[in-house]
Amino acid sequence: MPLLDDKVKGQLSGILKNMKDTVTLVYGTQEIECNTCRDTRMFIEEIAALSDRIGVEVYDFVKDKEKMASLKIDKIPAIALLDKTGADTGIRFYGLPGGYEINSFLQSLLETSGQKEPLPDALAKRVAAVNKDVHIQVFVSLTCPYCPAAVSTAHRLALESTNIRADMVESTTFIHLAQKYRVQGVPRIVINESHVLEGAHPMPAFLDIIEKL
Amino acid sequence: MPRLMNLVRGLLPILAEDLRCMDFNLSLGSFTTEQNFHPLDEAAVYDVMILGGGPAGLTAAVYCMRKGVSTAMALKHAGGQVAETSGIENYMGYRHINGMELVEKFREQVLQFGLAYEEGPEVGSVEYGKIKKVTMNDGRTFSARALIVCTGKSWRKLNVPGENEFIGRGVAYCSTCDAPFFAGRDVIVVGGGNSGLEAAIDLAKIASRVTVVQFLEKLTGDRVLIDRLMGFGNVGVLYSHEVAKISGDDEVRSVSLKDRTTGALKEVNASGIFVEIGLVPNSGPVKGVVELNQAGEIIVDCACTTSRPGIFAAGDVTTVPFKQIIIAAGEGAKAALSACEYLLKE
Repeated sequence: MPLLDDKVKGQLSGILKNMKDTVTLVYGTQEIECNTCRDTRMFIEEIAALSDRIGVEVYDFVKDKEKMASLKIDKIPAIALLDKTGADTGIRFYGLPGGYEINSFLQSLLETSGQKEPLPDALAKRVAAVNKDVHIQVFVSLTCPYCPAAVSTAHRLALESTNIRADMVESTTFIHLAQKYRVQGVPRIVINESHVLEGAHPMPAFLDIIEKL
Repeated sequence: MPRLMNLVRGLLPILAEDLRCMDFNLSLGSFTTEQNFHPLDEAAVYDVMILGGGPAGLTAAVYCMRKGVSTAMALKHAGGQVAETSGIENYMGYRHINGMELVEKFREQVLQFGLAYEEGPEVGSVEYGKIKKVTMNDGRTFSARALIVCTGKSWRKLNVPGENEFIGRGVAYCSTCDAPFFAGRDVIVVGGGNSGLEAAIDLAKIASRVTVVQFLEKLTGDRVLIDRLMGFGNVGVLYSHEVAKISGDDEVRSVSLKDRTTGALKEVNASGIFVEIGLVPNSGPVKGVVELNQAGEIIVDCACTTSRPGIFAAGDVTTVPFKQIIIAAGEGAKAALSACEYLLKE
């Protein structure tokens, strides 16, 4: 049984028409797929079938260890977005981006394809000045209407800077991580293990922390 | 470790349920191309500027554009509270519609017109004059002959010690977002109205024990929700109580509750406290500019005029009785027509 019904498919096709260039979804899973891994693969395949600008590459977390390591994928199910040149954008979705997160997933797809509003000059300068490795993890739940905004902001930062990578982490899929980072409310944004933002924040709030790292 | 196991056990059924009926809360309008998007111009003097983009603001925009007045619209989130509502069954024309879907329909209807429209910026202050000035929190200032204030309401906070300190570490305001993190734990829900009861029902399914703390002597929510809540064996209600303090270390451990009749304090162990005590009007930017009532709502008459000529207000931010989507939309229409009439006479 497909994940997406015809109504959602129709809506998604309309949105995906706005993609400019191709985007490759790299999907990390394993041979015997966990439930969420299987559903996430179905999700990706069903979405990719709706646009000729989306490519899919499936890798096995164990067998393709090197590929996974090169993309710094350390858990599955994982989705990484590569741009039209095949370059890594630093954008990751860990867990199935369903519920409200379908919005952040589509936004990241469109932005990676080149369909995006330019950043205001002042922000663009601050992002360009980021010169150290930054890792943003945004913990979400799929029933959280505030979470996609936090994920999209983090992903946009990753897209704009090769020094930044940003993960959506679905809390109920990665319970051990939610525990480790003491997630009790979402979105919870963890930057480089050391700094935390609670709630959805605009890009300047992310940059305020990144500049202090 | 036992707690982790509890959490895992609690989460699995939810997860399974999620996967059986995968819902996609798709926000269609966010993906429209920029052709309908016109940034606001600081040099322009608009006929009407609409502040806020809930049902009142979006409806006002449609009415203004159809009247042919130049219109600017600045809003933080399209849809306001509607975008956070899961199911709506009392907006005419739709027997059942998801909040996000209704917002997208509203938005599409607005964006068919080429109005100046920006999502994101927040209003800082408003200055009254023949030409009204609106300064945004990002520093930009816009001008208009008439204003329609539809800034809505936001969740009310408890304002007790520990509340801000523990946000995201036990203090929560969104039960649909955060309930899963309290599986197998003891939680408190503050508020006995509909939103409090709904939160308590969500939590009762997974938490170990739920205590509802109600300010009044009885619950004020709908009968159907009270009955549903009382069907759970792990729920208790404390009437005539209020929260005095939230305590903990790296997360919430206990909540101090005060009996409003005797004044006695008691400490209740809890890992989570969900605050569902209603809403406060977002009237800050016009405070001192137009008259507000004691609750901070903008005082309007039945034509949506405020105490200042040329400033109109609509929806939940005003004194209009009953905060409903359909009422806010109607009020938005009325405010727009009043504003257009004002512009003609001016």
